[in-house]
Amino acid sequence: MFDYETLKLIWWVLVGVLLIGFALTDGFDLGAAMLMPFVGRNDTERRVVINTIAPHWDGNQVWLITAGGALFAAWPLVYSAAFSGLYWALLLVLFALFVRPVGFDYRSKLANTRWRQSWDWGLFVGGLVPSLVFGVAFGNLLLGVPFQFDDTLRSSYLGNFWQLLSPFGLLAGVVSLSMLGLHGGSWLMMRTEGAIARRSRRATQGLSLVFLLAFIGAGAWLLFGGIQGLAITSTFDPSAALNPLAKTVAATNPGWMANYHAHPLTVIAPLLGIFGGLLALLGASAGQGRTAFLGSSLAIVGALCTAGFALFPFVMPSSLDPASSLTVWDAVSSHKTLIIMLIAASIFVPLILCYTLWCYAKMWGKVTTAHIEHNPHGLY
Amino acid sequence: MISESVVDLSRLQFAMTALYHFLFVPLTLGMTFLLAIMESVYVMTGKQVYKDMTRFWGKLFGINFALGVTTGLTMEFQFGTNWAYYSHYVGDIFGAPLAIEGMMAFFLESTFIGLFFFGWDRLSRVQHLTVTWLVAIGSNLSALWILIANGWMQNPVGAEFNFTTMRMELTSFSDLLFNPVAQVKFVHTVASGYVTGAIFVLAISSWYLLKGRDIGFARRSFAIASAFGMASILSVIVLGDESGYEIGDVQKTKLAAIEAEWETEPAPAAFTLFGLPNQAEQRTDYAVKIPYVMGIIATRSVDKQVTGIKDLVSEHQARIRNGMVAYDLLGKLRAGDKSQQTLTAFNDVKKDLGYGLLLKKYTDKVVDANEQQIHQAALDSIPHVASIFWTFRLMVLSGVLMLLLFACAFWASARKNESSKRWLLKWALFSLPLPWIATQTGWWVAEHGRQPWSIGEVLPVHLSASTLSSGDVLGSILALVGFYTVLLIIEMYLMIKFARLGPSSLHTGRYHFERRDADVSAAPQPTLA
Repeated sequence: MFDYETLKLIWWVLVGVLLIGFALTDGFDLGAAMLMPFVGRNDTERRVVINTIAPHWDGNQVWLITAGGALFAAWPLVYSAAFSGLYWALLLVLFALFVRPVGFDYRSKLANTRWRQSWDWGLFVGGLVPSLVFGVAFGNLLLGVPFQFDDTLRSSYLGNFWQLLSPFGLLAGVVSLSMLGLHGGSWLMMRTEGAIARRSRRATQGLSLVFLLAFIGAGAWLLFGGIQGLAITSTFDPSAALNPLAKTVAATNPGWMANYHAHPLTVIAPLLGIFGGLLALLGASAGQGRTAFLGSSLAIVGALCTAGFALFPFVMPSSLDPASSLTVWDAVSSHKTLIIMLIAASIFVPLILCYTLWCYAKMWGKVTTAHIEHNPHGLY
Repeated sequence: MISESVVDLSRLQFAMTALYHFLFVPLTLGMTFLLAIMESVYVMTGKQVYKDMTRFWGKLFGINFALGVTTGLTMEFQFGTNWAYYSHYVGDIFGAPLAIEGMMAFFLESTFIGLFFFGWDRLSRVQHLTVTWLVAIGSNLSALWILIANGWMQNPVGAEFNFTTMRMELTSFSDLLFNPVAQVKFVHTVASGYVTGAIFVLAISSWYLLKGRDIGFARRSFAIASAFGMASILSVIVLGDESGYEIGDVQKTKLAAIEAEWETEPAPAAFTLFGLPNQAEQRTDYAVKIPYVMGIIATRSVDKQVTGIKDLVSEHQARIRNGMVAYDLLGKLRAGDKSQQTLTAFNDVKKDLGYGLLLKKYTDKVVDANEQQIHQAALDSIPHVASIFWTFRLMVLSGVLMLLLFACAFWASARKNESSKRWLLKWALFSLPLPWIATQTGWWVAEHGRQPWSIGEVLPVHLSASTLSSGDVLGSILALVGFYTVLLIIEMYLMIKFARLGPSSLHTGRYHFERRDADVSAAPQPTLA
C-alpha cells in the first residue's frame, strides 16, 4: 500500500495532528481552568466557567491520551526516552492533571465555600502547570535533551529537572502558557456573557500580546541567539529499518533554520502563528468571540507547526550524544505496525471528529448565571 | 546493569498504581451497563422512577468514574516513565492496542459521558439512551484492547525479534488480536466488572430496604441488579480464565504455582484445596487434595498432564543454556557478522533469547554465566508460589460466595419477597467488599504469576525498567501514595454521603428526605406495578 519511507512521513504528520488536536480542544479547557479564578469572581460565575467545558473536557483529554498512545505505538523510542528522561517534568504534568477529573466532578458536590475554593485553585493549577510544562518541553527539544543510548538501545538521561528551566525553555513555556490561556479566554468570550465575557475579553487581549511577543522573541532567539541545530551527515536509506546509533549527526544547523532556507514555503507556519495571534487580539478588542477563537486556533496550529518544521527530521535531538538523536527515520515502529495503525486512524479519526462535533452542537449556546442558579444540583 | 532497588521500587509503584486503578475500573464496566439497562426500561415503559434510577446510580457512578480517569492517566504515563526499556523493546506490538484503544474506545466513552450527565434536557429520550449505550460499549471496548495488550504480555504471539532495531516486531496482527489468552481474559475481566456493578447496586438497595425508605426505587434497583448479577457471576465462573492456562509457558508455570504442584502428577491431577506451599524445599505441607478436579478444570480433559514445577525448572534450565547461545550469536550479528551461517544459527535459538536474558540479573555478559548462576536463574523462573496459591483461593472463595448471594437474591426478587428477608438484605449489604477482593486477588494471580517476565519468555522484568535512580522512583512513590490517599478519602466520603442520601440527592421532591416538607399526594412514592 505505502512504502516504509512514506509511512514514516505520514506518522510524523499524524502525531502532529494528534498533538494539534489536543492543543485545540483540551487547550481551551486548560486555558479556561487557569483563567477561572480571575474571570469568575464568585461561586456562580466560576460555575459558569466550569460548565462551559463540563460536557467536553473528558473527551478533549483523550486527544492527549491518544497522542501518548500513538507516540508509544509509532515512535516507541521517543516515548521511552522522553518519558523516562523528563521523569519529573512528566510527573508534574501527571499530578496537575490528577486535579481535573476530580475537581470538575467533586467541586459542586458540597456547598461548603472553602471546599469549592480549594478546588478552584486546584483546577487553576491543573490548567497552568501542563500548559507551562509542555511548552518548556518543546523549548528543550530545540535546545537538545541530554540523553544517550547504549548499544542495546537502553536510554539514559544525564540532566536533571532544574536544567529544563533554562531561559529559552522558560520562554517556550511562556509561549505555550499564553497561547492556551488565550485559547481559553476566547472560548469563554464565545460561551459566556456579561461580566465574565468582559473579563475574558480583557484576558484574551493581554494574553495575545504576551503570546505575540514571546513567540516572536523565541524566533528571534533562534535566529540570532546562537542555538545550534542538528543535521544528519551520513547517508542512509529512509525506507529501511534503521538503528538510530548507525547515523552520524553534526551541529551544523544554526538556529534550526535549515529547513526554512531549503523550503521557503514552510515560513507559512510562523507567519500563521503571528497572524493567529493578531487575529485573536483584534477579535478580542472588537468583542468578537468567534473571531478571537479562530485566531487562537490558528495561532496554535501555526506555533506547533513552526516547531515541527524546524526540527524535521529530528523529533528528539540529543545534546549529549548527537548520534543518539531520534528522527522520523529511525525512531519508528515496523512497517507492519505503522500500516495497521494508519488503517485504524483513517477509520476512527474521521468518526471521532463527527461525533465530537455532534456533541458540541448539542451543548452549544451561552451558559448564563441565571441557568446556573436554576440548576444547583444538575450541573457542575 | 540497573540496580535491584530501582527494579523493585518500579515494580512496587506499578503494582500499587495498577491495583489502585482497578478499584474503580470494574465498577465503571458494570455500572455503565446497568445504567444503560435502567434507562432502556425507562424509555420502553416511560416510568419516571427508571429515569430517577439512571440519574441517581449515575451520580454514584460519576464519583467513581472521576477517579478511574485520574488513575488511568498514571497507567499511560508510567510505561514510558518507569519502564522505558520495555517500551522500546515491545512498543512495536504493545503500543498498537493502546493507541487503537484510544481511538476506538476511549474517545467514544469520554466524549459521550459528558452528554450522559449534561444532555438530559438537550437530547430526545432515544438520543440520550443511545448516548448511554455508547458509553457502556466504549468502556467495554476499552477493556478489550487493554486486555489484548495484557494478554500479549502473558502469551506473546505474532511477534519476532529483529536484531537491527534490537526489539520485538509485529509479524501478525490477527494473532495479536485473536490471542486465546486475551480472549478468555477479556470475557473473565468484563464479567467480573458486571458482577462488581451488580453487587454495588444490590448492597446499597438492600440498605434502603433495611431502612425502609424509598422502597419502590430500591426494589426495582434490587431486581435489576440481582438478575444482571446472576448472569454475570455465572459467566465469570464458567468462563473463568483457567481455561487459558494451557497456552504458553508462562501460563503453565502460573498454573503450577496456583496449584503448588511441585511434581508432575499422572493425569487427571488432584486439586489442592488447602496446604502450606514451601518454595525453598519445593513441597506443600499439610496438603488436602481432591482427586481429579484440577486436571479436569485446567485441561478440560482426563488424559492431559499438568506439568509440575520441578519439571518446569529443568525445562527452563535447558532453555537458559540455549538462550546463552542465542545471546552470543546476537553479539556476533550486531558486531557486523551477518553471514548466512550465523543468521541461521541465531534464528534456530532466538526463541530462547529471553531465557538467556534472565541471566542479566547475575552477569552483564550472559555468556560467561557459571553453573550456579544458571541454576539460580532457572529457579527465578518460577513465581512466588505461596502468595499466588492463596490469592487464587481467596478469589475463588469470593466468587462462590457471590454466586450463592445472587442465587438467593434472584430467587427472592423473582418471588417479590426480598424486602421481608432481612437476613438476605444484610448479607447483600455485607457482601459489598467481595467483588473488590476477587478482582484485586485475581490481578495479583495474573500479574505476580507472570514473574519474572514482563513479556512472557521474551523480556525479564529486571531488564524492563528505566535508567533512573532509586531516589527518583522512591520520590514518585511517596508523591503517588500521598495523592492517592487523599483522593481515596475524598472519594469515599462523597460516595458514602450520596449513597446515604439516596435518590433524594436528585432533588426531585419525590424521595424520602424531601417528602416531609413536600406535598405527599402530589408526589406519590412509586410502587411496584
